[in-house]
Amino acid sequence: MSSAALVGLLSASLILLAGGAGSALAFARQFDLCRRMAHGLAVCGTVLVLILGFAGLIGNSFELSLPQILPLAGGLALGLDRLSAFFLFLIGVGVIPSTLFAIGYTRHYKQEQASMGCALNIFVASMVLVVLSRHVLTFLVFWETMSLASYFLVMTEKESDETRSAGWLYMVMTHAGLACLLIGFLAMLQATGSSMMHEWAGAEGVDPGVRSVIFLVMAAGFLSKAGAIPFHIWLPRAHPAAPSHVSAMMSGVMIKLGVYGLIRIGFEWLSPGPAWWGILILIVGAVSAVLGVLYALIDADLKRLLAYSSVESIGVILLGVGAGLVFRSYDLGSLAALALMAALYHSLNHAVFKSLLFLGAGSVLHATGTRNIEEMGGLLKRMPQTGAFFLIGSLAISAMPPFNGFISEWLTFQSLLLSFRIPEQIFNLVFALSIAALALTAGLAAACFVRAFGITFLALPRAQRAGRAHEADPAMRIAMGLFALACLAFGVAPVLVLRVLSGAVTGFLGSGPDLSFNWTSVSAAGEFAGIAPLWVALILALLMLAAWRGLRLFGANFNRRYYETWGCGRARQSADFEYTAAAFAHPFKRVFAVLYRPVQETEIEAHPESRYFVKTITYRNESRSIIEDSIYVPIGRTVRRLAARARRVQSGNVHGYLLYILAALLTLLLFAK
Amino acid sequence: MLAQIVITIVQWLVVVMGAPLLVGVIRKTKARLQGRQGAGVLQPYWDLRKLLIKEVVIAENTSWVFRLTPYVAIGTMLLSAFIVPVLTTAAGLPFMGNIILLMYVFLLSTFFLALAGLDAGSSFGGMGSSREMAIAALAEPTVMIAIFAIALRAGTTGLNEMISRAVSDPLLLLNPGHLLAFCSFFIVALAETGRLPVDNPSTDLELTMIHEAMILEYSGRYLALIKWAASIKLFLFLTLLGNIFFPWGVAVTLEPGAVATGVIALVIKLGVLALGLALLETAVAKLRLFRVPELLSGSFMLALLAVISFFFLR
Repeated sequence: MSSAALVGLLSASLILLAGGAGSALAFARQFDLCRRMAHGLAVCGTVLVLILGFAGLIGNSFELSLPQILPLAGGLALGLDRLSAFFLFLIGVGVIPSTLFAIGYTRHYKQEQASMGCALNIFVASMVLVVLSRHVLTFLVFWETMSLASYFLVMTEKESDETRSAGWLYMVMTHAGLACLLIGFLAMLQATGSSMMHEWAGAEGVDPGVRSVIFLVMAAGFLSKAGAIPFHIWLPRAHPAAPSHVSAMMSGVMIKLGVYGLIRIGFEWLSPGPAWWGILILIVGAVSAVLGVLYALIDADLKRLLAYSSVESIGVILLGVGAGLVFRSYDLGSLAALALMAALYHSLNHAVFKSLLFLGAGSVLHATGTRNIEEMGGLLKRMPQTGAFFLIGSLAISAMPPFNGFISEWLTFQSLLLSFRIPEQIFNLVFALSIAALALTAGLAAACFVRAFGITFLALPRAQRAGRAHEADPAMRIAMGLFALACLAFGVAPVLVLRVLSGAVTGFLGSGPDLSFNWTSVSAAGEFAGIAPLWVALILALLMLAAWRGLRLFGANFNRRYYETWGCGRARQSADFEYTAAAFAHPFKRVFAVLYRPVQETEIEAHPESRYFVKTITYRNESRSIIEDSIYVPIGRTVRRLAARARRVQSGNVHGYLLYILAALLTLLLFAK
Repeated sequence: MLAQIVITIVQWLVVVMGAPLLVGVIRKTKARLQGRQGAGVLQPYWDLRKLLIKEVVIAENTSWVFRLTPYVAIGTMLLSAFIVPVLTTAAGLPFMGNIILLMYVFLLSTFFLALAGLDAGSSFGGMGSSREMAIAALAEPTVMIAIFAIALRAGTTGLNEMISRAVSDPLLLLNPGHLLAFCSFFIVALAETGRLPVDNPSTDLELTMIHEAMILEYSGRYLALIKWAASIKLFLFLTLLGNIFFPWGVAVTLEPGAVATGVIALVIKLGVLALGLALLETAVAKLRLFRVPELLSGSFMLALLAVISFFFLR
């Protein structure tokens, strides 16, 4: 495809998205039309983005410079390369079904419709432009647009206090991240003398110490967008507060752009760096993965649980990125490519299954009016399709074969296992611990999603509203179905992704991954490891079928009778006897008490006549976040103390202010001289 | 080619048909060690037969997940029986996956069993699910680090290659890393298959059981499938322990003589491991649930030491 055609494709998609934003404002009063126009045009525009991404992945590229637009910022400069193309593809895969879902899901919004539809289109367009940016200021402008648009989307339900405080925290964290990026970018401008980012490659002639400082500052900026620990605190608050389709896009797509930035600095702008950069990312990844899933495991808010699980998935992705950086610094090019592929594959998979789960949570919220899983139960019978899709998402995110999460986690494991080729004992040990962290994460994630699915969808409804739940709209079900299909397709036929991905990684890094694959099999590092996902899926299905049919041969009795659940001789089973989500998480709370630091209180109020007649029991069990307590609370306290001290300057006395002006003038004159 | 297919099927049948026998042998040995007569070694087969001809009683509250789970449980184990090298490393369907896939297939069956435990809405089922998932999750790091230790020595994670390379290594047992990895994998196998001291497979005391609590609502053919799947899992774990850590006798070719040796070696290894298991289960009591993590973290340290010893001795 010629570069003019690609630019045409990009312009067409941007025009559609701009049309979506414009029509949302134009039809602000006709809520129905507004909803359809804004989201329908967003779907169309994003389909073109998906095509553009695919074209880029198979090797097309373009460069576009428009000095007339934003002249003060040095003009607009865009370009498409293999890495940008992969992330465009990811945006397409994640956003199309989510916006389709929004057509059905946002029906009950009225006044908010216009601002939400407008912000959504701007949000999607700015994400597209972020990955295409070539000029520093172009990048920063769209990065900030993306943050602001998503802020407005988070604030859709601004009446609630929870949303407002979540939005505020998101604003603070995203701008702290932006400040880091600004410092990093300005330092790079200064050091390399170029404002075009692709000319930074390698950052030759820059002092190693300066490079490390720039790496650290920029990594902090990008990791705060990615939601890695310890910069994650905004994520579990902002993502649940947003409408569910927006949560899906933020968790599934937007936080991946932090990973995109990290890959750019680590593998391109400042590459090759020392091994400790990679080790640092590896450790951040391991900590994010384990702590993220531990917090997800005890949360009773379905959407916050999913948000914490995003922190975990980002951790798994960072394990791949960190391993890749270490391999690259030891000149193990094919392993670096393998690890990076694992990270990118997991990014794509996470965009699919986490969006699916958020949409499922949205449908459940719609049907029951609550996000608290303790008030749910029995939804599989009332929402059979949503339930089945949510189960597929849960299996995929727990890395169960034959779904897509398994393939990327398997690749991550292989790249970590192959770390024994690094000739440095202490790093070998760090990698061994990362393997343990990843394995623990996988096990805990399985427990977490057994709990999330089991408590929400199985057994009896725990509250009346859950009993009256209804199935989701057709548009919502189609959207979830698309994602569920992708979970299965990317799981049984990884070649669909691996073929374009290995081309992209080879093109980006200059060395191919140590991986061979065809329609039925994938093998890493020659004989080291191999799987045949398609065969596994087929034979598993066949064996299950054979077990079902074959039982007749053994003379099995196929009668079945329905009867009450056994309840120790109680008269009647009711939802009160069900195991609760809190009880399910209790063993984990005890085992990991060091990290959870649980606070437990039980109050029993007895009858005045006898203490054996209990009137009420109040039980409270909370856990405190170790990161927030040890980092953010002290920072907040310090800021508040400094602010209190600075307030003394504001005396309210006119003479005092005149003195300040004089002092400022004198200082200025002194320095200007 | 034909020989390969025949041996693959024979190997598979040995696992799926022999698994209840292994359970019977362990129970009989345990009974004798405890001074009881015990049921015959074929009793598990009669149990399965009896369950199959009984009608199924399903709890009213359950959904299709409850009815699907027994098939997932047996399907995953039948699949695993194709992947694990039992008699020879020259047959089976090794292309399907390496040891990591195998561990995830096991986790898939646990995942569904835990969901089914929650599905009936009884407290026991939920309690069993919660505890089973906690133990499975805590065992996972040890499993992977033990696998790492083995893969480091073998240079591969493919099961057939792993064993065929170890067969030719005469100094295997002199290697400290190998023995440490064995110990840690043994403890994990106890946890994964629900044996003492982690879980008691023969208890009917409600508050002490884990696996049995989770499957409390199952009856008839469903229960038969789940029990059969559990016995296959035990068979596969003991086979893995025997063949990976003491690979002698495993056939690396398809010659009839070699395969016959493989059969004898398997019988001896499983016999020794079954005796060891029976002795252990007679000698130790079940641990309190919240002491289990200590056991598992101990086995994790052993596995980590195995890995460290490789790097520092190479």
